[in-house]
Amino acid sequence: MTMRSLPRVLGAALATAVVVAILSVKLNAFQDYQIAEIAVEVTAVAGLTVLTGLSGQISLGNGAFMAIGAYTTALVLLHLGWPFIAVLVVAAAVTAVAGAIVGVAAARLHGPYLAGATLMLGVALPSLAYIYPGVFGGDQGLNVVFTTPGFLGVNFPPTRWQAWVSSAVALVTLVLLANLGRSRVGRNWRAVRDDEVAAALAGVNVARARILAFVVSATCAGMAGALLAIITGLVAPGAFTITLSIALLTAAVIGGLGTLPGAVWGSLVIVLVPTYATDVATSHGLSTAVASNIPVAAYGVVLILVMLIFPQGIQGGVRWLLGLLGIPAARTWHPASMSEAGSPAGGAPASQHEALLTQRGDPPEPHKKEGTQ
Amino acid sequence: MVEFLQFTLSGISFGMIYAAIALSLVLIWRGTRLLNFAQGGMAMFTTYIALEVIRHTGSYWAGFVVALAAGIVLGTVAELAVIRPSLGRPELNSVIITIGLLILLEGLAGIFYGGQYRSFPAAFSVTGLRAGSTPLGVSRFDVFVAASVLVTTLLLAVGFRYTSAGLRMRAAAFNATVARLSGIRVARVITVGWALAGLLGALAGVLVSPSTFLCPNSMDAIFVFGFTAAVIGGLDSPAGAVIGGLLLGVALSYAGGYLGSDVTALVAFGILVVVLMFRPAGIFSGARVRRV
Repeated sequence: MTMRSLPRVLGAALATAVVVAILSVKLNAFQDYQIAEIAVEVTAVAGLTVLTGLSGQISLGNGAFMAIGAYTTALVLLHLGWPFIAVLVVAAAVTAVAGAIVGVAAARLHGPYLAGATLMLGVALPSLAYIYPGVFGGDQGLNVVFTTPGFLGVNFPPTRWQAWVSSAVALVTLVLLANLGRSRVGRNWRAVRDDEVAAALAGVNVARARILAFVVSATCAGMAGALLAIITGLVAPGAFTITLSIALLTAAVIGGLGTLPGAVWGSLVIVLVPTYATDVATSHGLSTAVASNIPVAAYGVVLILVMLIFPQGIQGGVRWLLGLLGIPAARTWHPASMSEAGSPAGGAPASQHEALLTQRGDPPEPHKKEGTQ
Repeated sequence: MVEFLQFTLSGISFGMIYAAIALSLVLIWRGTRLLNFAQGGMAMFTTYIALEVIRHTGSYWAGFVVALAAGIVLGTVAELAVIRPSLGRPELNSVIITIGLLILLEGLAGIFYGGQYRSFPAAFSVTGLRAGSTPLGVSRFDVFVAASVLVTTLLLAVGFRYTSAGLRMRAAAFNATVARLSGIRVARVITVGWALAGLLGALAGVLVSPSTFLCPNSMDAIFVFGFTAAVIGGLDSPAGAVIGGLLLGVALSYAGGYLGSDVTALVAFGILVVVLMFRPAGIFSGARVRRV
């Protein structure tokens, strides 16, 4: 599976890279900024979809990890002036440590208790910026200076360069996560998610698997924070509100929890739907109070409808469409036949190994399913 | 010493509001195993309705009653329209639907009422009470806040304990399958739970808005602290919700009073971490069941 799927993942990533590169040249500066914004969301949401969809731990606090990554980036650029690639590594390392700490603390918590603890983390952490204004710049935040490299020439639009850097980081993250999800680590996560006791009996170190998932997820969020710092040019506490953390989880679930293509769909929705709705509202000459709030209401309606129409998220809908057209779904963590043919009645698997492969990636309610089988 | 008394009393007043939100979350959690992120948004919306009614009739109590009724209606409609179709699917789907509902309500409030802060009247005088010459740090209205939440909570407790409808609700929360087998309409019980949660949220919204002012996301922070209170108390325990709310309210009042308002969120996080370290399912969690 790994042998066969790696070229496929790399191919998809390269194709996306080419499309993004062409788009970034064709589109205007604002749309380039949106590409960068989507790439930031993809990086963070991909980490969260792995945490929640694969290891079964919910987090409403990944915005806090983004804040850690962003402030690390701002501080390193400000005081040390390192090149961005080094800054990105530092930001990833710092958030990985933070993720390990949170993961250890969270290892005993489940469901709403984990949700509550991580939510409060996301609310509380940015207030450090107000408590230590000397270090973090208080309400005003810290400015981030990010220049385009000299070889691109002075007339190269900075937003295009930012879109390239962000998309590159997002795609590398996706490729790495795709491989991680298919590896032994990913199998352990799914085992822990489906049944902790059974996983422990099978020799999986449950605590280690759960903590590692937090580390991976936090690292992704940290890199997303670093990207956010360079594309917005400013790191301030106002950017890391509870709304951000909730938007990340929303994107992961809307796109299709536990699937990496889903992370991309979800990020597209949360970045583009509000902008698009604003354009429509303002072009119809509505008053500002109405025009600025119609997108908000429309976004809420979209969330509700997607969840009611596509219980498996957008990626579930995509797979259903591909199935209708007779195209076998891409080899993701959720084979299309999963929910129906995953039952023992669906034909004996060729081998134990094959059985593991077809059983995996069940959507986040495996307990009930297994109980009914 | 006087300061300490003032912080304690105003903490109790705010704590009762957190308790009301926490209790509404517990009611919904027990029925549907679902966190209702729209609880604050629903409260915000019913408070706007109350404000409209007060402006047109000039009567605070008309607005108060209409807000509570609107809360019941909103809770019922939300359950029937968007929550019921999503039950039985992955749990997070329903959670995202409540987030969608929250965003929708905030958008609608912005469309109808605009985004600016509005002041909301209080039922009684908000000037501080005094014992002799010592200011107590609380007003007549604060006493009303604490008393009305307390009375509502006690009424609910009595209803749960002594009425047959309450027995049905407890049975459905205890074991939905067995309750259904013994002839209880669990779906209807769940709707009633949402209606009561809507009422409690509306109460909290009307009570807190004189001190926080009203805007489309003014209930966000109240929701976060109410949720924290419910987690501290244990999401299965109504008593835990009230005690968690009081605990949090008083602790945050001390933190805000002695250390400054910047640290309140950190203090709330600290309390949550300490409680969950010793009781991973809240203070009032029952025996842990682990299916093998």
